[in-house]
Amino acid sequence: MTTYYSEEHEWIAVEGDIATVGITAHAAEQLGEIVYVEQKDGGDTFEKGDEIGVVESVKAASEIYAPVNGEIVEANEALADSPATLNESPEGDGWLYKIKLSNTDQLNDLMDLDAYKAFIA
Amino acid sequence: MADAPKRTPLYDLHVELGGKMVDFAGWEMPVQYPLGIMGEHKHCRAKAALFDVSHMGQVILKGENVGAKLEALCPQAFSTLKEGKARYGFFTNENGGIMDDLIVSNAGDHFFVVVNASMRHQDIPHMARHLDGIEVIEIFDRALIAVQGPKAEDVVGNLCPGVRDLKFMETIIGAINGVECRISRLGYTGEDGYEISIPQDGAVEVARAFLADENCEPAGLGARDSLRLEAGLCLYGNDIDNETSPIEASLIWAIQKRRREEGGFPGADRIQREIAEGTSRKLVGIRPEGRAPARQGVEVQSEDGKAIGVVTSGGFGPTAGGPVAMGYISTDSTEPGTRVNLMIRGKAQPAQIVSLPFVQQNYKR
Repeated sequence: MTTYYSEEHEWIAVEGDIATVGITAHAAEQLGEIVYVEQKDGGDTFEKGDEIGVVESVKAASEIYAPVNGEIVEANEALADSPATLNESPEGDGWLYKIKLSNTDQLNDLMDLDAYKAFIA
Repeated sequence: MADAPKRTPLYDLHVELGGKMVDFAGWEMPVQYPLGIMGEHKHCRAKAALFDVSHMGQVILKGENVGAKLEALCPQAFSTLKEGKARYGFFTNENGGIMDDLIVSNAGDHFFVVVNASMRHQDIPHMARHLDGIEVIEIFDRALIAVQGPKAEDVVGNLCPGVRDLKFMETIIGAINGVECRISRLGYTGEDGYEISIPQDGAVEVARAFLADENCEPAGLGARDSLRLEAGLCLYGNDIDNETSPIEASLIWAIQKRRREEGGFPGADRIQREIAEGTSRKLVGIRPEGRAPARQGVEVQSEDGKAIGVVTSGGFGPTAGGPVAMGYISTDSTEPGTRVNLMIRGKAQPAQIVSLPFVQQNYKR
């Protein structure tokens, strides 16, 4: 499994053409306490840059943009009742979607962990 | 290019305490500290929180009959405001809209006025122009700190025992650690508490003395906004502005009986007519039934899909335990319990009209 990072502060952990997507710990910290998550449904398809969800903190709403093209296989429905999981475990239990990649070449445009760390430094 | 943001006398203290600094109305202010907006909000409701509100405009009005002269700009009864008392009010325009809201205190040999940070550039020339024979002195060398919450009386009273005897909307001069301060029992959170005007050189020392109390934590603008929203208190620029009348904004309680009857303030025609005949829209509380917060600008629809209003302030209420909002709604749909839909990102989210505030106000009357 390889994990990539986007400039929009998502992580995407890839195994074959299936990946898990979430927001980075850095993003979660910047947003502050998350009180609401709006997600797409399984089966929805999207292209890189499309809005695929919204997370809201006490203060503001922030869109989540797709880091690659794909189709939603599963949304993490537990977040609806416990949005705070996104703060507690953004890169673990707070995952947003399992997706099926439709163009794995797009992964080359993303960053690895070291590059992402340098990006947010 | 805009001027560099200004800093209050407490700027270095905010940074030391881990405050996340943001530009607000031209001031570099803490939006939150490491405790977080939710934690700061709950701490204020449970114990006490300290807010730096030094960005607000503090003004001294000196001269004969200040109160009576202010009545030409505001629909409040300021000529009868007794020494040692404070009163909430607003400047109205010729159309009966609200130019800004303010707190006016009778300090004996002068009146002490506090106006919004974002409107001080308007309000001070407005007063200087219209208050004939009154000296309008904008104060630049004092901090303003709010200590709010059920433990505020202990936090402030342990350093200045005299404040324990103050009632809501009363003001005195008191010494805190040898620094002479103006201390008023009021605030913007719905909780008991004080606002304290302090000479800038002593401000950090006084703030540190409050924060040394284990009951008192620093809180930023984020918690200040969620606290005032739950308390049903208007924010100038969101819930009230030059277009909204005080009657639409459900602020008739802030216009004393004599002024309602006599008029004699800008926009009295509209305001007196609205008192007699009502208004077509009203500011009310809106409680979303789901978890999605409804923010400023969200359209409100009736259950049959007709546009009936708009959200002016909204977010998550940590004490209410869910989203809360305020907005202007067609008067025929403002009965508490009325079911409405909030159009959030194109989807209708069910909500109910409710009475304000969302949490009980705990003032010391």
